[in-house]
Amino acid sequence: MSNQAITLHYDIDAVDFSAAGEASSGVKRTLNQLGVNPAVVKRIAIAMYEAEINAIIHAGGGAADVEITPERVEVKISDNGPGIPDLEKAMTAGWSTASETVRELGFGAGMGLPNMKRYTDDMKVESKVGEGTVVTLIVNINS
Amino acid sequence: MLKVREIVDILDAQVLVGEENLELEIYSGCGADLMSDVMAFVKESVILCTGLVNPQVVRTCEMMDIKVICFVRGKVPGENIVELAREMGITVLTTKHPLFITCGKLYDAGLVGKGVWD
Repeated sequence: MSNQAITLHYDIDAVDFSAAGEASSGVKRTLNQLGVNPAVVKRIAIAMYEAEINAIIHAGGGAADVEITPERVEVKISDNGPGIPDLEKAMTAGWSTASETVRELGFGAGMGLPNMKRYTDDMKVESKVGEGTVVTLIVNINS
Repeated sequence: MLKVREIVDILDAQVLVGEENLELEIYSGCGADLMSDVMAFVKESVILCTGLVNPQVVRTCEMMDIKVICFVRGKVPGENIVELAREMGITVLTTKHPLFITCGKLYDAGLVGKGVWD
């Protein structure tokens, strides 16, 4: 891998739920092509996919910005959704505000944010009620 | 450990796509209808047994490097799901057994799922 950072941008569209995950899939493919350790790729892919799904089910979509350097991968998922009123609760495994429709699609188990935390080396959630949420996920490539 | 070919026999399952993985060795299984629960479960060489039928099942397996999905309760996924699995090199099975029985049969046959998080 060269020393230069690679940046990727994806729009996360909420209209077609069957397309959810395309951004994460693209990032996973890029990391595999760069020869990043598959165990590390898997951690990034899972965390980003959870964040991507969250932007779709809670915020009507958003955007993903990814920066890949030889040392680490940083994924920023931002949305203009309703925001998270109680972050501590949202981080609790099993806690979910997802609708019945979302659960029927197989999500809203209340494991999204806990899974993101579990699979990343650093995670930051910035959220303002009524304005939106930015989730930053960092995975060190040599971790 | 079970080979995918043995799993097909045990579950009396149909292979919808991915015959190329029949000799693959599977070491653990996951039975769930919620994909975030699946993603809380990281093991190697896994089969996912699920009653949920939508493209996100295949996406979840793609992210987790899961190579075999078995849809339970006689559910047959649509062509869009099978096509996505084909692109990802994922084998798709369908069995008439419900989820509990499916997992029970595989456990009984030796798929006891000792993995990295145990």
